[in-house]
Amino acid sequence: MTAQHIIIAVSALGGIIGGMGMGGGTLLIPLLTLAAGLEQHLAQAINLIAFVPMSIVALIIHKKNGYVDVKRSAPIMIFALAGAIGGSFLAKYAGGYALRACYGAFLIVLGVVQMYKTVRAVIKSKQQSKSERAAVEKVSSVGK
Amino acid sequence: MNAKVKSTLVYGGSVAVGLVSGFFGGGGGMLCVPLLQFRGLDAKRAHATALLVILPICIASSIVYIVNGYFDGTAVLCACIGVVAGGAVGAAALDKLNGATISVIFALLMMAIGLKLVIA
Repeated sequence: MTAQHIIIAVSALGGIIGGMGMGGGTLLIPLLTLAAGLEQHLAQAINLIAFVPMSIVALIIHKKNGYVDVKRSAPIMIFALAGAIGGSFLAKYAGGYALRACYGAFLIVLGVVQMYKTVRAVIKSKQQSKSERAAVEKVSSVGK
Repeated sequence: MNAKVKSTLVYGGSVAVGLVSGFFGGGGGMLCVPLLQFRGLDAKRAHATALLVILPICIASSIVYIVNGYFDGTAVLCACIGVVAGGAVGAAALDKLNGATISVIFALLMMAIGLKLVIA
């Protein structure tokens, strides 16, 4: 398997995760550095570029379904854009190793948050189904 | 909450979303979703709208990275092919899998890879 094949394979894995709506890009970068051996800055550049065609397609679908709120996101977009340009220039001055370690710490935080949110959602849905069951039992006992 | 405090938080958060995306080359979307929810969007709209916020960020950051010399045409092409093909598979598989299970696997994966990056 050549380097190109490995890049295609790990990108497909990142794409699968992204297609499920779970930020595939966050895992594509470490996959590109750890599995395909690319330099950290280059992996970040690739992730940024690869996101563009994917998000355009997704946006068109979401817009059609009426899920895109342009009005309330416009100011966020402008401020975020300013931050992004600053951040991109800053990345040049961070060494590949430092950037990797920072990214690792960032991923751990995201992982913990994701775990917390999932567990909370599961508990909530369990409680809901419990109360629904209780309501059903109440109705059926009234029927008797 | 005071309206002034709220808007300061939103704008500060927006700059942070941009900084993280630009500096790390991704990951801003995961911060953008809660920020949009804080602005009053429901979960589904927040996820969809986050793409609209992240798209111009990605374009601008890509340009800066390319100008700074971080570009490899072959690698980019390979990655785009993989991501688009994988994205279609992932979107199609989403209905067939248990959301909570995937979410837990994803969270564990992020923590494990994060740890590896910090230690390595």
